[in-house]
Amino acid sequence: MNKVAASLRKAIELSELKDGMTISFHHHLRNGDYVVNMVLDEISKMGIRDINVAASSLFPVHESLIQNIKDGVIIGLDVNYMSGPLARAVSHGILDKPVTFRSHGGRPRAIHEGSLKIDVAFIAAPSSDAMGNINGVEGPSACGSLGYAIPDALCAKKVIAVTDYLVPYPNSPISIDQTLVDWVVKVDSIGDPSGIVSGTTRVTKDPIGHIIAGYAAEVIQASGLLKEGISFQTGAGGASLATAFHLKEKMIAKGIKGSFGMGGITGFFVDMLEEGLVEKLIDVQCFDLDAVKSIKNNPDHVEVSGSFYANPGVKGCAVDNLDVVVLGATEIDTQFNVNVLTDSNGIIMGGSGGHSDTAAGAKLTIIVANLLRSRLPIVLDKVITKVTPGDTVDVLVTERGVAVNPQRKELMDSLKDAKLPVMDIEELKAAAEKIAGKPREISFTDQVVGIVEYRDGSIIDKIYKPTGSER
Amino acid sequence: MPTTMIFVPGNNPAMVQNAGILGADSIIFDLEDAVSPDEKDAARILVRNALRSVDYGSCERTVRINSVDHPKWKEDIAEIAKGNPDSIVLPKAQRMETVEMVQGALEEAEDGQRSIGIIPLIETAEGVERVFEILCCSPRIKTVIFGAEDYTADIGAKRTKEGSEILYARCRILNAAVAAGVEAIDTPFTDVNDMEGLKEDVKVAKSLGFRGKALISPRHCKIAMEIFAPSGEEIEYALKVIKTINQAEKEGKGVVALDGKMIDAPIVARARKVLKLAGMEGGNHE
Amino acid sequence: MKILRQTRAGSLESNDLMVVMKPLGDREGIKLEINSIVQNQYGDRIREVVTEVLKRNGIMDAYIMIQDRGALDCTIKARVETAIKRGL
Repeated sequence: MNKVAASLRKAIELSELKDGMTISFHHHLRNGDYVVNMVLDEISKMGIRDINVAASSLFPVHESLIQNIKDGVIIGLDVNYMSGPLARAVSHGILDKPVTFRSHGGRPRAIHEGSLKIDVAFIAAPSSDAMGNINGVEGPSACGSLGYAIPDALCAKKVIAVTDYLVPYPNSPISIDQTLVDWVVKVDSIGDPSGIVSGTTRVTKDPIGHIIAGYAAEVIQASGLLKEGISFQTGAGGASLATAFHLKEKMIAKGIKGSFGMGGITGFFVDMLEEGLVEKLIDVQCFDLDAVKSIKNNPDHVEVSGSFYANPGVKGCAVDNLDVVVLGATEIDTQFNVNVLTDSNGIIMGGSGGHSDTAAGAKLTIIVANLLRSRLPIVLDKVITKVTPGDTVDVLVTERGVAVNPQRKELMDSLKDAKLPVMDIEELKAAAEKIAGKPREISFTDQVVGIVEYRDGSIIDKIYKPTGSER
Repeated sequence: MPTTMIFVPGNNPAMVQNAGILGADSIIFDLEDAVSPDEKDAARILVRNALRSVDYGSCERTVRINSVDHPKWKEDIAEIAKGNPDSIVLPKAQRMETVEMVQGALEEAEDGQRSIGIIPLIETAEGVERVFEILCCSPRIKTVIFGAEDYTADIGAKRTKEGSEILYARCRILNAAVAAGVEAIDTPFTDVNDMEGLKEDVKVAKSLGFRGKALISPRHCKIAMEIFAPSGEEIEYALKVIKTINQAEKEGKGVVALDGKMIDAPIVARARKVLKLAGMEGGNHE
Repeated sequence: MKILRQTRAGSLESNDLMVVMKPLGDREGIKLEINSIVQNQYGDRIREVVTEVLKRNGIMDAYIMIQDRGALDCTIKARVETAIKRGL
């Protein structure tokens, strides 16, 4: 038996993809992905219309989808994160149907429960055999973990593996196995692995980032969670990664070993694993090529599915085992609600990813952010787009003070005892406005361009088209 | 009485606006080495505007002007005085005459409301030899900083992390400062990433008697603060000393001993100093 | 006061701004172009601050182009002032 289809077109024909169906993609190749564009180009040529694209994330490289939308090939989008020209076009109202924004845990929940039905899943497979045994660690486009593709492979009606590295049967290791895959297609290249690099992987030189990170590490210590077996996740952004750096220094100084690090994994976490500062890495997605190398070679660097990572609908997901998560924000309001989806002008430039999942799961959720980001105060009365609800956020750490969610009275006392600069979040907001002046509010039309679904499936906010954004 | 004084490049708005939160007691806005020759005008205008409008909290605000051999040093003073800083830092201070000249320029520029201090930066062989007379020549001088980079260049020595080549200058400046009733601040440690080297360097400075350190990296602030802060043992002993003499005063005793050692005036003075440094002013805390 | 030559001040670093100033003939007035990454939130405020500095320095005729990278008012004032001093 052999599942290799002669061409991508042949595989799509075999899948019986029709107008109005839903296709899915995973985003481990991030901004280096070729598969999304390639598939939609083929679908367009085949004359199929009104397709819903459920992609775990879309990046600047996916700009050509704008044309697919204009041509009527794509009618709807369902994503956890979206940035670049396509995201801006969506903000400007290119789609009639609002985009559904989910979290990395909410997407597998929706897929498994059937509220997000996938007709055909396209798996960008860095290596596959002719039967569809796939891994992400071999081949010219190795991207490491394939975690987010696993729910798609399990639940889609049809599964097409697109690979540029066809290996003799049986392939190993196996991340997605032959029992789930219908067809395998060989193409020239599925992507450029250097495009997977996310955020900054070097620790910042910015002194303000280090001040914030220093406070954040102090917060973790004062919370009492900095002890043997600590588990944590940090983002790849400047202050977030710097916090990991300061936390690491504290762990070394105190001789503490962590149980696991999780998330989008970077070389920084790989170093911690190799230096024996954490026992394991739980990896749903690699953020750089050091991580790809490590997940291939180190048995303590573990690949897990999107469901394992963050799905609230299963019998236990890993975010619930997190002690500490350190996250960024583009805006936070005085109720501690966080926006990581729209920018200060209301234009889409991101999404929850695992933000709201880890915030809900971790014992301690810390938001690290510059109080002023190029003059704009980070603290507002109300965020433009609510992505992570305030009752799951414990502490906001800025360079000018630390605000504790008033619901966390004990934590507030501990931080005060530790002589951290604890302030009311309203005071922080006032401090920012005193320095920068009060920003003029952005106005919106009543056209809904996106719906933000919380991880449990409830609608947490809507995204409106800003006024005067006709480009 | 600063423990840490941080240099901030005077033409960098991001650093200038955030200088108050870097963790140092004192800010030195730098118009000299950190500013390129064709941006000197922009830097002094930027720093003057910032001094007027940015809230630097409890930080002492000082400005390092260009040395008096720079053709526009007087413009620095004229411009900066309008921002009313606490002090100016005078680089390459090496004679009384230099200080007096700068003092004259300050008197001209000041609005008469408040006198701007002068912090000589001793960084030449001649400056080290004349340090006592320099420190004594103006009541505006309350603090002195040692600058080892220019000094070692001047004497033709190689700058090392161990710093044996600057031991003489450090001791000479410190001794002169104590004799003149001026606080002495040690030279910056210039390797931004070598935290262990920094710790050793700060420990040496403290052991020689320096009361603080100039810094070039915000990441050095915390370490320097921690080392200069009195240790738990020092605080405990100081509290005991104060308690004992308070008790003695109440009981009308003239002479008292603690742990078999007589407590005399210098011991009491040192105890008060330790408590002040520890933020326990007055020493009345139990 | 009259701007006699084209000058620039500032930079395109974060929290800074670049000011380009050019002479204009008598009674041509002030032509001010502002391009800011925080245009929507602070565009009006930036215009206000620039205009105030020009007025305080008695500049009646000039072309001014601002490229702002999120500078605070004090930095905007300083850079415009520097450009004026360099152009006199």
